[in-house]
Amino acid sequence: MVMVRPGDGDGDESKGDTMVRAKQPREGSTARSGKRAYPPVALHDVDDLRMMLLMRRFEDAAAEGYSKAKIGGFLHLDNGQEAAALGTIGLLRDDDYIVTHYRDHGHALARGVEPERIMAELYGKATGVCAGKGGSMHLFDAKRNFMGGYAIVTGHLPIACGLGLAMKYQGRDSVVLCIFGDGAVNEGEWHESLNLAAVWKLPVLFLCLNNEYAMGTAIATTSAVTNIADRSAAYGIATARCDGMDLWDTRAAMDKATVHIRSGKGPYALEAMTYRFRGHSMADPEFYRTKQEVSERREAADPIELVRGRLEEAGLIDAAAYDRMVAEVNQQVEECVRFAEESPDPEPGELYTDIYAGIAGTGVPGPAIDLGRGA
Amino acid sequence: MAEITFREALRSTLIDQFRKDERYFMMGEDIGAYGGSYAVTRGMLEEFGDRRIMDTPIAESVIMGAGIGAAMAGLRPIVEVMTINFSLLALDQVVNVASCVRYMSGGQVQAPLLIRMATGGGRQLAATHSHSLEGWYAHLPGLKVVTPSNPYDAAGMLRAAMREDDPVLFVEHAALYPGKGEVPEEPYEVPLGKANVVREGKDVTVVCWSRGVGLGQEAATQLERDGISAEIIDVRSMRPFDLDTIVTSVKKTGRAVVVEDDWRFGGFAGEVAALISEHAFDYLDAPVRRVAAEDVPAPYNRLLEQASMPNETKIVNTVKAMI
Ligand SMILES: Cc1ncc(C[n+]2csc(CCOP(=O)(O)OP(=O)(O)O)c2C)c(N)n1
Ligand SMILES: [Mg+2]
Repeated sequence: MVMVRPGDGDGDESKGDTMVRAKQPREGSTARSGKRAYPPVALHDVDDLRMMLLMRRFEDAAAEGYSKAKIGGFLHLDNGQEAAALGTIGLLRDDDYIVTHYRDHGHALARGVEPERIMAELYGKATGVCAGKGGSMHLFDAKRNFMGGYAIVTGHLPIACGLGLAMKYQGRDSVVLCIFGDGAVNEGEWHESLNLAAVWKLPVLFLCLNNEYAMGTAIATTSAVTNIADRSAAYGIATARCDGMDLWDTRAAMDKATVHIRSGKGPYALEAMTYRFRGHSMADPEFYRTKQEVSERREAADPIELVRGRLEEAGLIDAAAYDRMVAEVNQQVEECVRFAEESPDPEPGELYTDIYAGIAGTGVPGPAIDLGRGA
Repeated sequence: MAEITFREALRSTLIDQFRKDERYFMMGEDIGAYGGSYAVTRGMLEEFGDRRIMDTPIAESVIMGAGIGAAMAGLRPIVEVMTINFSLLALDQVVNVASCVRYMSGGQVQAPLLIRMATGGGRQLAATHSHSLEGWYAHLPGLKVVTPSNPYDAAGMLRAAMREDDPVLFVEHAALYPGKGEVPEEPYEVPLGKANVVREGKDVTVVCWSRGVGLGQEAATQLERDGISAEIIDVRSMRPFDLDTIVTSVKKTGRAVVVEDDWRFGGFAGEVAALISEHAFDYLDAPVRRVAAEDVPAPYNRLLEQASMPNETKIVNTVKAMI
């Protein structure tokens, strides 16, 4: 159910598996209405199911590592949002770019970053994707054009514009996928970025993962207009909403968005309606919503269950094959954890590397390396 | 060698580099059709077109971030922020992305962007438009901050800055733009991170930069009449910071005065004073002194404003009190 706004010139939105819908703010997040017309399942959907299971299990393992104090800092988990991530990131080309926010483990996994190197980064180890210097909130993998998790809300939207500008400047038809939450849209940088992308026709896909809460603040508490696609349209940007709990609906919307961008029509704002099954971070006591709300929402729409159900219906997997897949994924994640645990911490000297390209250290005098460890 | 203005030194360097390398492009408010609010980019839109000279919305944060993002993707963006006062709206991008993205990505990603901005007060623009906040930026590991004081250094340091693989903040004091100096026709670079002894002396070291260098030189001329010989050091580069040149000088003179246009309390001059104390304490015949802006918001009234700023007389008096 892709809702296309004025500004998108494609004009064929009521065909196929998409339909033009009236404004119904919360529709779209209840996936299994049974009424939706789906494309036939394909073999690669089985891989996507495996990936979604990996994303889910990875987060659970991270939570365990955090509870044992092996992972520090803030830890934001993505459970429930797997389809929104994979349905978008999974459709990108290798030469496309991604910038995202701090809830980024699943995004890196969906991009194909080695799971053990992500886990090692969470553990702060030298073998982590960022050599232990970025942590959970700042995953980077430059060779996959995964240009960062960013932890200042909305701070990466300007960066996405710059990457998009570079694509345009170099005559490349790459898309820059920029992922953020519903809480990001009230920062000035959201407005600055949408406007700049629109006026310069930058190839940026602004993907808002609307999970209804920013930490514990429900979107209606902070936004008079809660339909983010509507708000984006005000900038002259083609927009759509999709059901982010539904892999196929998300993919269909993503497909449309990337076609639009690659044809040179400028940016696109996609709002994926989703819901997180865990707290905002591991520090969240979840006072702002009931356990019942979470279990009802999970019951109504678990993105993994939807994919599993369709694959079973189509006879592509059966219960035994599914169980095997779960066991394999669990095993894989266990190995990631072992890799992370057994990896070394960064050398103390790493403290003073990667600050400048041309000079060693920090460019200013000071006691070079006394790490305060005593004599 | 031709005598040209500080502004022209910058402009001709930009144009020369733009002609040689297509990766350079510039973004900023009113840099194109208007010709640049300090006329540094005048004529560049006509020569390079709006693909490379991009007039932006008044939206400092996205301009800065777009520069960073484009740099990450391999371009050589130049972001002109109209003045340092407005750069505060882009501060997050500089602090939380440009200066630390190399580090937090474990060395995978760099943002070789050049940020230019005008700084400084003295033109009756009152509290919001008279800041000299370059010291705040020099606080950031991962960013380079340079503040040339004359046309020769402006051209040479700009050329060097444009070839850096790190983000560089290039700070241009607005009062310096019309000032003239000798600049060679052939391209040359002045390396970043090197201070310059602009006048040798033996009784006191005056450490200064940007507009302060002119004040220091004027003060030295006056002090000479009273038989006091001042050595003037132009810091030029706040980060990387060339302490050696300063310490060598202080070991010779035994006294140091640090001059800055920013507020005294918690400023960069305080950092320099601390470094001198740490590295040359045994050579000092007097405590290190600072001549900085008075600790008040910049006033509008001309007399009050002048009183709030450093000048050559304050430097002379400070030096005399130390000897
Ligand atoms: C500029 C800024 N302000 C506040 C915070 C603290 N903070 C971190 S996440 C968050 C909520 C963001 O919610 P949303 O954008 O909806 O993303 P979600 O966490 O739901 O995925 C807040 C307020 C921050 N990191 N950055
Ligand atoms: Mg949210």
